[in-house]
Amino acid sequence: MTVPSGSAAPTIAPPAITPAAIDVRGLVKRFGDKLVVNNVSIRVDTGAIYGFLGPNGSGKTTTIRLLCGLLTPDAGEGTCLGLNIRTHSALIKRQVGYMTQKFSFWEDLSIAENLDFVARMYGLTQRRRRVDDALERLGLANRRRQLAGELSGGWKQRLALAACILHEPKLLLLDEPTAGVDPKARREFWDEIHRLAADGLTVLVSTHYMDEAERCHEIAYIAYGTLMTHGPVERVIAGSGLHTRIVSGGDLARVEAALAGHAGVEMVAVFGSRLHVSGLDGAVLDAALAPWADGGNCRVTAADPTLEDVFIHLMNRSTDNFQ
Amino acid sequence: MMGSFSFGRLLAVMVKELIQMRRDRLTFAMMVGVPILQLILFGFAINADPKRLPTALLVADPSPFSRSLTAAMGNSGYFDLRHSATDPTEIDRLLATGRVQFAITIPVGFSRDLQRGERPTMLVEADATDPAATSNALAALAVIARQALNADLVGPLAGLRADPDPIDLRIHRRYNPDGITQYNVVPGLMGVVLSMTMVMMTALAVTRERERGTMENLLAMPVRPFEVMLGKIVPFIGVGYIQVVLIVAAARLLFGVPIVGSLWLLSAVLVVFIAANLAVGFTFSTLAKNQLQAMQMSFFFFLPSVLLSGFMFPFRGMPGWAQTVGEVLPLTHFLRIVRGILLKGNGLAEIAGELVPLVAFLAVVTALALKRYRQTLD
Repeated sequence: MTVPSGSAAPTIAPPAITPAAIDVRGLVKRFGDKLVVNNVSIRVDTGAIYGFLGPNGSGKTTTIRLLCGLLTPDAGEGTCLGLNIRTHSALIKRQVGYMTQKFSFWEDLSIAENLDFVARMYGLTQRRRRVDDALERLGLANRRRQLAGELSGGWKQRLALAACILHEPKLLLLDEPTAGVDPKARREFWDEIHRLAADGLTVLVSTHYMDEAERCHEIAYIAYGTLMTHGPVERVIAGSGLHTRIVSGGDLARVEAALAGHAGVEMVAVFGSRLHVSGLDGAVLDAALAPWADGGNCRVTAADPTLEDVFIHLMNRSTDNFQ
Repeated sequence: MMGSFSFGRLLAVMVKELIQMRRDRLTFAMMVGVPILQLILFGFAINADPKRLPTALLVADPSPFSRSLTAAMGNSGYFDLRHSATDPTEIDRLLATGRVQFAITIPVGFSRDLQRGERPTMLVEADATDPAATSNALAALAVIARQALNADLVGPLAGLRADPDPIDLRIHRRYNPDGITQYNVVPGLMGVVLSMTMVMMTALAVTRERERGTMENLLAMPVRPFEVMLGKIVPFIGVGYIQVVLIVAAARLLFGVPIVGSLWLLSAVLVVFIAANLAVGFTFSTLAKNQLQAMQMSFFFFLPSVLLSGFMFPFRGMPGWAQTVGEVLPLTHFLRIVRGILLKGNGLAEIAGELVPLVAFLAVVTALALKRYRQTLD
């Protein structure tokens, strides 16, 4: 909108310029009496890949929908691309690419027809060229006439990504984009996300995969609507205060049975021929393991907890407000 | 190998079906609601022998004879003499707009000619577009007239009672002189076909978006609700016109229905009628959770539309409450318009009275649809 020179200043102040692509504080969303998002604050730097983790039903999808204006928060405020999420959702929608958890393109349209429709929705100029470029970029060019409904999971996901970046958004919100996709396609998808981020795009992606979380610049863990921890992966692991011992050799099934529920032992889990034992106090952990290390023929070594250890630990600690 | 028939498995499937049936509240309500609706409509609303039909009266020769004639007609229960016309053009207008079903003219010199035994003419004009609405009343008319006059023809006039009748009762079945049912049904069918397909198609088209999850995608894009609604509706208006062309062609070529009025005027009115039905369908789609529910809602709308609009049964045969419901339905007004244009040759002036409620219906339902179609998922 242009303001004629000499006229009064516009009543709405221009959005504050912040380096953060997403900066929201105290978001709350209820559905009926269910508190789905509880006081969540997130800040994502421009150009970062931000991983959003948490168990099923933890409020990840709802938070993403709050960010792109599909839902209005009951409380909280903030900006997305410098625009107020409460008052400028229409403007935010134009600059955000949102990839839904469930494939949400038209299965009875071909790949090219789907992309062409999206291009028209955003009122893009040079539509044909942009659609062709997107098809080329994601390797969909020779499938352009194929109906979206006939595609396999990996190709559907590529189509969805192509459609999301067609209007050259500044922010991508990806809701579990790689669920049910094979490892090779997942790897390629993440390579593409890194290429996009290198071009200056900010990406917020929710996932259940630990290897994907480790490819993010920063992660946040949300459980039952509450943000439990956030930061770069190493800091999240270090900040958990968790100690891990790896037990190998001997009768691991017996060790596991004996340690489960033992005071000071938070988690016991078998990984192939090794047992991960974690707890908040290293000394207590060693004491619990001592009989097996000395008497049994087990080998016990100290190790850094994995991201998965940290998350299961966080999950156990959080209270399930749906129960 | 499936093995032998298992009652356990049969029971498991039946229990599962019952649980699913119970979960889908709307379907359950429809299973109970549709029979009740049908009972009410067929049981109470429908009457194939309409009474108290609005009648206009033009008495150019007031006399005891004309008074007893009109009184007898009123007493018969068939005629409701609610309009007093002063000249034939007024009668034409009343019949064209459908405000009266009959118009009775008692000419100048009626009583003089009657007493001289010259068999004066009593003209009865009927709006015969729907033969079913007029046939019983017309059949009773001759008897009513004779009995009324026989009571008056006493003393020296008693000789006039004999056959032939003392008056010449002339019945003009206007717009459909031969009383051909198809003339009424085929144009009406246009409205019925449009009602059914337009409501159902839009209801399904939008519900499908939600069922397949594509609605969330649409909502995340910068498109306004009105754009979505209009974009969904306009293609179906085209489909509606194809149906209309088929029906008009069939009416003319297959059934020989006269097309007296302007097809251009009809085309213009069709936009409003089709849009009204599409808006209903769109509203349903915002209420339905899945396509099955959308279908059921369409049916729930369609049933009273067909039964209470005057398509199947004479509108004036229905009790007051059913007529009130009928007046709300777009099909009722469209039927009057389409029959008016095709059979009576009505122009804009004559159909305006039916067009206004149609436009009002469209406006209200569109507002409702837009209110229901939310831009967010809240």
